[in-house]
Amino acid sequence: MDYTKTFTNGILKENPVLVLIIGLCPALATGSSMNDGFGMGVATTFVLVASNILVSMMRKYTPDSIRLPIFIVIISTFVTIVDYVMHAYVVELYASLGIFIPLIVVNCIILARAEAFAYKNSVFASTLDGLGMGLGFTLTITTLGAIRELIGNGTLSFFNRELFNISTSMNFQPALVFIMPPGAFIVIGFMIAGVRWALKRG
Amino acid sequence: MIDNEMTWYMIALSAILVNNIVLIRFLALCSFFGVSNKIEVSLSMGMAVIFVMTLASAVSWAIWYFFLFPLKIEFLRTASFILVIATLVQLVEMYIKKTSPALYNALGIYLPLITTNCAVLGVAILIIDYKLGFLTSIIYTIGVAAGYTLSIVLFAGIRERIDMAPIPEILKGTPIIFITAGIMSLAFLGFTHLFGL
Repeated sequence: MDYTKTFTNGILKENPVLVLIIGLCPALATGSSMNDGFGMGVATTFVLVASNILVSMMRKYTPDSIRLPIFIVIISTFVTIVDYVMHAYVVELYASLGIFIPLIVVNCIILARAEAFAYKNSVFASTLDGLGMGLGFTLTITTLGAIRELIGNGTLSFFNRELFNISTSMNFQPALVFIMPPGAFIVIGFMIAGVRWALKRG
Repeated sequence: MIDNEMTWYMIALSAILVNNIVLIRFLALCSFFGVSNKIEVSLSMGMAVIFVMTLASAVSWAIWYFFLFPLKIEFLRTASFILVIATLVQLVEMYIKKTSPALYNALGIYLPLITTNCAVLGVAILIIDYKLGFLTSIIYTIGVAAGYTLSIVLFAGIRERIDMAPIPEILKGTPIIFITAGIMSLAFLGFTHLFGL
C-alpha cells in the first residue's frame, strides 16, 4: 500500500468538501473567519483521526450487522471529549463555534471514512487517512474563512493577532455580505469551480 | 433568539423565515443539495423531515428532562440523542412499511437519510440550549422543519430552470448550485428584523 498516496489523497484529489461535497454544514457555518475555520478544522481532525484509529483497532471484533451503531458510539465519545475540553480551555472559540461542536458527530466525513477506510485497513493506514482528510478539511475551511474575512471585513486575524488590515492601508470598503451567510455559499461555489479547473488541467 | 415568553406565531415565523435553518443557520445542507432535483421529490423529503424532526424533538426533550438532567449525566447528551434519533428513524420506517405501503413508497428511501441530517440533531440540541418548554419546543421544531421544506421546494424549482439555462462551462453542475443558494440566502437575509425578531 502506498502510504504517501493515502495521506495526500484527502488534500486535493479527494478533498472532502470541494470534491466529494460532504461535511458542508460545519465548513460553511464556521468558516466566517480564519480563526474559527481553523479551530473547527482542528477539532474535526482530532475526532476523525481518533475514531479512525479506534474503528480500525476494533475492526476484527466488530460484528458486521451492527457496525454503524458502534461507529456512532465511538465517534460521539470523541466528540464529547472535544466538546468538554474546548469548553474548558478555549472558551471564546467554543462560544463562536457553538452548536457545531456537538454536531461534529453527524459530520458525514467521519462516518464515511470509518465505513469506507478504517473498517478495512490497518491502524497505521487509517491514522494517515484520518490526518490527510482532516488536513484537507482544515485547509479548505481555513481558506474559506480567510477569503470571507478578507473581503467581508478587510482583515485577517489568527489566534487574536491581526496579521493584516486592508482598510487602513488603502481606501477599501469591506463587502459585509461576505461574512454573512450568503457569502459562504458564493465563495465555496467559486472554490469548487477553482479546484475543478485545477484538477482538469492536471 | 427564541424563548418561552414569545407567542406561538412569532416563534414559527422566526423559525421559518428569519432564522431559516438551511439558508441562514447552515444546517441540513447535505440533503438540501442532494435531494433538490425535482419539486415533488423535495416536497416528500420535506414532509418526512417535518414528521421525524417533531418526533425526535419530543423524545429528546423527554430524555433530557426526565433522565439526563435529573441524574446529572449531561455529558451523555450527544451520544444518547444521536442513538435515539437513529433508532427512532428505524422504528418509524418499520412502522410505516407495515401500516401504509403507499406512504412508505413515497418517503421510503428518504427516511434513512434523515438520520445523518444534522438539522434533526441540531434542533434537539437547540431546544435544550434555549431551555424551551415542551409545547414551545414542538412549535419551534415544526417551524424549523417547515422552513426547511419551504427552502428546499423553492430551491428545487430554481434548479429545474437552471438545467436549461446557458451557464459558463466551469460553473456547470455543483458550483452554480452553490452560487444560486447564496443568492437565495441573500433574499432570506432580507427578513432580518422582521417584526423585531
